[in-house]
Amino acid sequence: MGNWVVNHWFSVLILVIWFGLNVFLFVQAFLQYETDDKYYYTREILGSALAWARASARCLNYNSMLILVPVCRNLLSFVRGTCSFCSRTLRKPLDHNLTFHKLVAYMICLLTAVHIIAHLFNFERYSRSRRATDGSLASVLSNLSHHGKEGDAWLNPIHSPDTTLLYVTFTSIAGLTGVIITIALILMVTSAVEFIRKHYFEVFWYTHHLFIIYIIGLVIHGVGGIVRGQTKKSMEESHPHECAESFEKWDDPDHHCRHPQFEGHFPQVIMHPSKVLELQMKKRGFSMEVGQYVFVNCPSISFLEWHPFTLTSAPEEDFFSIHVRVAGDWTEKLIKAFEQQKLPLPRIEVDGPFGTVSEDVFQYEVAMLIGAGIGVTPFASILKSIWYKFQRADHKLKTQKIYFYWICRETGAFAWFNDLLNSLEKEMEELGKVGFLNYRLFLTGWDSNIVGHAAINFDKATDILTGLKQKTSFGRPMWDNEFSTIATAHPKSVVGVFLCGPQGLAKSLRKCCQRHSSLDPRKVQFYFNKENF
Amino acid sequence: MGQIEWAMWANEQALASGLILVAGGIVATAGRFTQWYFGTYAIAAGVLVCLLEYPRGSRAKGSTLERCGQRYLTAVLKLLGPLSRNYYFRAALHLALSVPAGFLLATILGTVCLVIASIIYLLAAVRGEQWTPIEPRPKERPQVGGTIKQPPSNPPPRPPVEARKKPGEEDATPAGGPPGGPRVNPIPVTDEVV
Repeated sequence: MGNWVVNHWFSVLILVIWFGLNVFLFVQAFLQYETDDKYYYTREILGSALAWARASARCLNYNSMLILVPVCRNLLSFVRGTCSFCSRTLRKPLDHNLTFHKLVAYMICLLTAVHIIAHLFNFERYSRSRRATDGSLASVLSNLSHHGKEGDAWLNPIHSPDTTLLYVTFTSIAGLTGVIITIALILMVTSAVEFIRKHYFEVFWYTHHLFIIYIIGLVIHGVGGIVRGQTKKSMEESHPHECAESFEKWDDPDHHCRHPQFEGHFPQVIMHPSKVLELQMKKRGFSMEVGQYVFVNCPSISFLEWHPFTLTSAPEEDFFSIHVRVAGDWTEKLIKAFEQQKLPLPRIEVDGPFGTVSEDVFQYEVAMLIGAGIGVTPFASILKSIWYKFQRADHKLKTQKIYFYWICRETGAFAWFNDLLNSLEKEMEELGKVGFLNYRLFLTGWDSNIVGHAAINFDKATDILTGLKQKTSFGRPMWDNEFSTIATAHPKSVVGVFLCGPQGLAKSLRKCCQRHSSLDPRKVQFYFNKENF
Repeated sequence: MGQIEWAMWANEQALASGLILVAGGIVATAGRFTQWYFGTYAIAAGVLVCLLEYPRGSRAKGSTLERCGQRYLTAVLKLLGPLSRNYYFRAALHLALSVPAGFLLATILGTVCLVIASIIYLLAAVRGEQWTPIEPRPKERPQVGGTIKQPPSNPPPRPPVEARKKPGEEDATPAGGPPGGPRVNPIPVTDEVV
């Protein structure tokens, strides 16, 4: 016995460490997926088969990483030679490399079996809750939209109740690569049994090169992002512990819980009315400030064209987005390419962000933001950012009040901005800060029809054109009136006026600023900023 | 490469497919998945395939290692005659068995593996291979005295080389005797075989 220990202690130690790591990774992943609130809703549909599948997946990744190492002959020779100063006992396990390779292979086979069985249960449960009509939480979660406003907010990857499981398996990246690499694994194992190896070595040798397919398939296996947890933002708004029971009331606009949002796979494509495309993207190392712009290139449309787009997302969000409207050949082709949502999405190249940083917006106690036409785009970013800063009680935010003027010919192409204002309005109400954001919309392209409608529906609480609480005005704003109202409301503050719009408007606003700034520097002062956003 | 007997690999692959079919079938039936009756079919088909494939055929050249306890199934397969010998039949059978299991996600892996096994069997059949049962080797009883017919013709102590090589020179040594023929024993020798 003592002899055995002296000769084998190092091999046993390596095996214990390897197995111990396996157990640790399995248990850690299992607990994460079984108890984390992020996956509360996912577990609602799938049960604990989710945790089994993910835990075995983590161990599979670990073992697949290890399996090639014992058969790297040059590496082993190198280690053997370099470590000649180590004692012979330490180098002895190098002689047993094939045994270790086989051991890891057996572990991979076992974990593959666990993983596949768990995912069979997962798919079956997804399919069942997709077809369920009993109004349970699982069926509500499964019916979260795949298209439309929320875009990519689905939880259940099975898109319609009629889709068969076989169809889903063979049309998703994860399913197809899974089947292929499992077949490769099985072929490798059956041709590697001792009988075949000893007597028909070429069968073993050539078949075993299927490992290339196995490794490549394994790498792309998880790319589709089918397993989803709730986004952090959505967890802040409607935490599952509070909202899960009241799932019937999620559609109700008055209820404090909303539909949970699930992390999707970027880039996300959202089509807005009037053919406006919102592209949400993520890029490593990308950081932006409010109001900046990027240059965008799409090689499949045109190799050399780079077009500038203002960023419409706030720096606090974990993605960056642009809104693209049809304004020419390139934009038309871009929108058409993304509208079809055909995988794989066209490749996008992004240069930037550039532009003058409008952080000054946050330095003024009172801010007047004026966006004319397409110039409203940078204000999307600014308003969202102000909102996040407000929510997180950012003390650097000096802004107490915002006056936002939106001037455009017709709201069609800016319906998405409309929705943004809508949601900001709601959130203001919830926080009880109704007075923070004052906005006014001016439609300059009106006709008697529209005005007639507006007059008839005068008593309604929300505006008929926009659905906002604030009623739409028609025609251009009378700046003198606006400025004097603000001057009276804030006699002692410094007001920052930010414009993104045409030159003519800039000239008149500059004049107004000079006119309404009082001579006394302690009283109200208007500072005009025309930024080239 | 000409020495490869594809049937051997096909046999391993088919055995593995049978097991996978059984496993998939059990999952589908136990979980009562949609259309789980395909799962029960898969269990039955898998068991049949395993039973058929368990006895390994013997190799064309050299000895073959038997699977543990395969004697009994070999006897059954021998009774089937050409149905078990012919690999075309096996290829067709596996192809046919795999089709119904292809309708269920849980058993589709078994289907694909069995189809691959069927293809390899087809290749083996085209190359003229056949399944021959491994005959049990007759056990050789060690016969202790069987080879001893006559005592050795020139046992030690032997005369020196010269005496052995030159029969003309005679030395009057009591151990020496006339070489070339069987030694005449002074005492009669009997062999005792029990």
